Amino acid sequence: MSDLTRAEVERVAALARLGLTSDELGKLQGDLNLILEQWAHLADVDTSSVPPSAQTIVQAMPLREDTAEQSLPVDDALQNAPARSGDFVRVQAILSEEADG
Amino acid sequence: MSGESLRRATAAELRAAFQSGAATSRAVTDELFAAIEGEDGVLGAWLHLRQEDARAEADRADARYATARAAGAAALKELPPLLGVPVALKDLVNLTGTPTTAGSRILEGYISPYDATIAARLKEAGAVILGKTNMDEFAMGSSTEFSAYKKTVNPWGIDRVPGGSSGGSSAAVAAFHAPLSIGTDTGGSIRQPASLTGIVGMKPTYGRVSRYGIVAFASSLDQVGPFARTAQDAALLLHAIAGADAHDATSSRSPLDAALLNLPSGDAAASAIRGKRFALPKEYFVAGMEAGVERAVRDAVAALEAAGGIVEEVSLPTTEHALATYYIVAPAEASANLARYDGIRYGASKHGGGDLLNGYLETRGRGFGPEVRRRIMLGTYALSAGYYDAYYVKAQKVRTLIARDFDRIWAAGFDAIVAPTSPQVAWKFGAKMSDPVSMYLADACTLPANMAGLPGVSIPCGLSENLPVGLQLIGKPWSEAELLSISAGYEALTATAAWRAVAPHDLAKLGRGAA
Repeated sequence: MSDLTRAEVERVAALARLGLTSDELGKLQGDLNLILEQWAHLADVDTSSVPPSAQTIVQAMPLREDTAEQSLPVDDALQNAPARSGDFVRVQAILSEEADG
Repeated sequence: MSGESLRRATAAELRAAFQSGAATSRAVTDELFAAIEGEDGVLGAWLHLRQEDARAEADRADARYATARAAGAAALKELPPLLGVPVALKDLVNLTGTPTTAGSRILEGYISPYDATIAARLKEAGAVILGKTNMDEFAMGSSTEFSAYKKTVNPWGIDRVPGGSSGGSSAAVAAFHAPLSIGTDTGGSIRQPASLTGIVGMKPTYGRVSRYGIVAFASSLDQVGPFARTAQDAALLLHAIAGADAHDATSSRSPLDAALLNLPSGDAAASAIRGKRFALPKEYFVAGMEAGVERAVRDAVAALEAAGGIVEEVSLPTTEHALATYYIVAPAEASANLARYDGIRYGASKHGGGDLLNGYLETRGRGFGPEVRRRIMLGTYALSAGYYDAYYVKAQKVRTLIARDFDRIWAAGFDAIVAPTSPQVAWKFGAKMSDPVSMYLADACTLPANMAGLPGVSIPCGLSENLPVGLQLIGKPWSEAELLSISAGYEALTATAAWRAVAPHDLAKLGRGAA
């Protein structure tokens, strides 16, 4: 597999919602290429007839009664919110009046 | 019991002393806090102490012992095994009203609004929760140097790392700041620090212990487990935290082995080694393994053989691909799990200025440290369109092969795999910080068990350069009691070995020296 370009590293950082400086992106480009280069041998493993495993200890998934349970009280759930409005987490508006048009 | 003997007592010894009235939980708790106060300036194991709450828990435990003593032997026996016994929690276990940082700036100031299931179980068991311990940020690291808060040193050499990611929990137990502590192990984060600090650390079978309320790293690999100074103590703590939990669908209904509360000891433990079949995988003696580590591990294997164990060399051929497989699967899962840190609902926030996207970018770009960023990037890349099949699906297929390697060992009738825990003793600070792959290699011998979901334990087996070496035992699913029984047997076999008489440094003296 070819090396990650600077543009690809920037694209991945944007997908991951990581705001990084130019220096940080440069350092990560070097690190990722170093790591992926050393992982290249994985491509040589014959897995043509091998199914993927997301889990290896497979157990029956239990069902519970479909009954309501007490959840976290609102005040407790909101105690760590950076901004609060009544019983809600306060967030920035994502639509402006102009954009609504 | 008093002073130094209280501080150094095992959980099992404390329980006996509490029952007889020879010691109180309050006296032990005070003694440990005094030790922490005097030494943590050097050790750096703790992020948060619960002095007031812990003392109240100790007083309540003492009152229950007193009442039971008055009622007679039967009442005393009914008290839970960890009643009044001090425990430390890795700082990714939610405990109501305490800060939970996971070693990250992005959770600075976060106060847990609820108890993790294991925290609730420890409270229920009457344990005294001393506080929270330092760790690599989001459990990503093998030396605890990636904590955003402080440096934790190894009590065996203060210029050396305590291992990681649960380095605060391992250092606290090794330095006699707590008889027991909780860690988590995603690729070796309990077993490797246990090895580097000369204590016992167990990663249970995936699903044995509930993960509810534990800050998630890689959800198909994460397991919670005990640190202790003896196998018996590790078994007591595991017993208290394990079991099915309605809040974690992956937690097992597989019944807990009652043997955890009655591990054999002394001659009975040693003689239980006879006839056990041990597999010695040649691939675990990796290139770059220190000669002193290999010598200590081979000596330990010879001791098991001398006690009647049957040791055969085996091959786990996919081991050479395990590191790459792990460092695709774990970062991929981490990149998804850590998407929740958005600065909106909790945690550090850089929202408020410009647009929403910018708020996310700033919150996450500034909130996460270098190793966490590296893994999020690696994981996001491995999951991204065009690379998903080549990396993530490929790694999941190789994961199947790793699990099959182990299955063949159990099908051949082996009771356990014996191997080194870490290819090296504790290294010096900074030695692996500039090359991420060299740090990843520290987990080469531990992460295959995580990939297969198997239980593993590291127990002290000697010294190299006056630093501890760990022997790793890996077992079939749900065989924790068997692994800890073998561990107790090995402890009995080597009870009088010269290396057991060597102790870690006296941090109080070092602290005064530094001052």
